Order: sequence, then structure tokens, then C-alpha cells
Amino acid sequence: MSTPTVEKHSAALDAVEAGSTKLINVTFRIRRFNPEEHPDPVWVDYQLEMDPKERVLDALNKIKWEQDGTLTYRRSCAHGICGSDAMRINGRNRLACKTLIKDVNPEKPITVEAIKGLAVLKDLIVDMDPFFQAYKDVMPFLITSGNEPTRERLQSQADRERFDDTTKCILCAACTSSCPVFWNDGQYFGPAAIVNAHRFIFDSRDEGAEQRLEVLNDREGVWRCRTTFNCSEACPRGIEVTKAIQEVKRALVTRRF
Amino acid sequence: MSIETKDLVVPSLQAHTGQGLGTGNPAEAFVVEPARARTKKTPRRTRTNFEMLAWLFMRLSGVVLVVLVLGHLLINLMLDGGVSKISFAFVAGRWASPFWQMWDLLMLWLAMLHGSNGMRTVINDYAEKDATRLWLKGLLGVATVFTVVLGTLVIFTFDPNI
Repeated sequence: MSTPTVEKHSAALDAVEAGSTKLINVTFRIRRFNPEEHPDPVWVDYQLEMDPKERVLDALNKIKWEQDGTLTYRRSCAHGICGSDAMRINGRNRLACKTLIKDVNPEKPITVEAIKGLAVLKDLIVDMDPFFQAYKDVMPFLITSGNEPTRERLQSQADRERFDDTTKCILCAACTSSCPVFWNDGQYFGPAAIVNAHRFIFDSRDEGAEQRLEVLNDREGVWRCRTTFNCSEACPRGIEVTKAIQEVKRALVTRRF
Repeated sequence: MSIETKDLVVPSLQAHTGQGLGTGNPAEAFVVEPARARTKKTPRRTRTNFEMLAWLFMRLSGVVLVVLVLGHLLINLMLDGGVSKISFAFVAGRWASPFWQMWDLLMLWLAMLHGSNGMRTVINDYAEKDATRLWLKGLLGVATVFTVVLGTLVIFTFDPNI
């Protein structure tokens, strides 16, 4: 991991690097589930020697490549932008590729399990269909009327700033699967869908705000939210999810009265 | 989502778990579906403002109830001799005034509707089957209407001379 790429090292850098590769023993306690083998999930412990500055995803890779090839999980870019590897690490939703081992207390076994509220298909993989259905239901695309302009649709910096926070969503489902309302009622849109609706509702170029607000005004829409802030805490992109939901609520109330 | 495993009986050779794999019967596939998963066809659209009005009602009635309930508790339990003074005569005396009649009436209606709407939310959260939800909400509705009607009736037809 710490292969030097530059020839000349300062003494200070050498000293740091000498201490940097200290490996520690970590136990990963992974909640494994294989419906073809057994109807119940089981916790399995894996002992690893890891650099604490490596990520949880590196540990999962190490387990899969060196210890147990049957371990199953999703990952693509491994750099926190594809949103594939959201999982529950030490009881909190995080991206495995953005979580350093040293930050999740390697002294004790680190628990890793699939995100909650969606059907677990195998090990850490869940069925994301209901999640993406909610995303589709808020119409996450530009809606306009009239002729298409021949040039790009211009927007002031202030107008862009209005919805900047919610453009950061990577659809990893960490927020939705941390929401206690969603756990109990899968019909609820969930934070991620509302965040993506917010991204268009407050976009000055978009004209579909009324349609989206109509959708979110319904039974399973924003009024289901109880501001527990689990979503804001879970978001690996630091989006203020609960604030976005509240802004949609406010838009509904001010438009309807 | 169903996973077909009938002809896929290839038990993993690796020691996948230390425990719990006792049955030795890999034929049964078992995926726990979450309650009420969203599909293309659900939820049905209702296109009403009911949920928004209910949400607003909770906030507004809550603010009013803080004044009404705390005032009620203060008068009944703290001032003028405390709880020991409450008697038929005390209630009759207060209800002689239209102001206290209105106070109690408003408190009854707001508290009952506020509480019932809260219970409705709890039922929506925790009752997973449609039928269970329907029954519980029906029961809740009947209880609410009964209490509100009975209370209103008593406030307006109260006779201090019985």
C-alpha cells in the first residue's frame, strides 16, 4: 500500500511511512445470508491483518479474494461516487469505500450487514427495485414546455445555488434505508426520492414542479416524514436531506394556501 | 421476487458459517420481503390535500393545546386549594360560564382529533396488512366519534340541578 512513487524522500516522510504500514488485527463480523443454503442469516467472523488506514471495502475485498470467495457485495468505482456499496457498518449506514477502518473502532469486531428495509438477496446485496421505483415515480428528469432552445438553458448562479445540495445525490440508498418510516412502510417515497424531486422542483429551468409536488403531497409522500434526521446523518455525500424534505413541505404549504 | 433453487442444489464447499447451517436442506429458498414494498402500481394516487391538512392540524392544534391543557391543569390541580377542591359543584360552577364551556369544548375536540391522528399515524406505521390497518382505523374512528359526541353532548346539556 505504501510503495514509494517518488525517489527522493525527506527524513520526515520516511519516518511517517515507516510507522504508516503498521498492520493490526481486525475482526469483521459480517451478516451473511444465502437463501439457497439456509433461510436464516448468520453472523460470520473473519480475522484480518489490515492497515487501519485502509477502507472497509479493502477488507471486504481481502476476505473475498483470500479467505472466502462466496462473500457477495456490490461495488463499482470504489471511490464514493457510484453509490453501489452502501451498507450498515457498526450499525450505521455508510459507503464501505469511504469508511476507513480506523474510524470504526477496529479494537472491537466491526459489524457489516446489508442495508435495512429492502429484501436481502444474498449477503450484502439487496433488491433495489422498490428504491428505484420510488425514484422513477418523482419524475427525475427535466420537464419543460414550448420549443427547445437552440442554445443551452442559462441560469443565474443564485438559481443554481438554490438546489445545489440535492444535486450531489448518488442514489446509494443509505438515507432511504436508514429511515424508520421506510423500514415499516415500503410504500413511503423515502428520503432519496424526495431529494431528487427537490433537485428539480427548485430548478428555475424546470416547469414540472407542480406535478412533482402533487405526487409528493399524496399519502406516501413528504407528510410521512417525521424528521428523525437519520437520513441526514447517513448521507455519505453530506446532503442535508431532512432540510430538503422540509423545503418540499414548505413549498407545498405555501403553494396550496 | 422469488429465487428458483430447486435444481441449483450445489452446497458451498467452503465453510461459509460456523453455525446455523444445520438443516442440510438447500431446497428451500427464503428471501424476506420487506413489508409493503413499492411497485409500479402502488401506492394508488388519491390527489387530495388530506395528508397536508392533517399535518398542519397537528402543528396548529398542538400550539393551541399547550395553552388549553396547561391552563386546565393549572386551574384544576394547582390554584385555589388544588385537586381536593374538585367536586360536582366545582365543575357545575365553571360550566355556568360560556367561556369555560367553550374552553372545555375546544380542548375536547382538539385533543381528541390530535390524539386520534397520532394514533392513525402509528397504525399506518406498524400495521402491515391492509385488513389489520382497516380494522384498527375503523375502531379508532368509532372510538373518536363516540368520545367527541358524548363529550360535546355533556357540555351542552349539562344540568347542575340533577
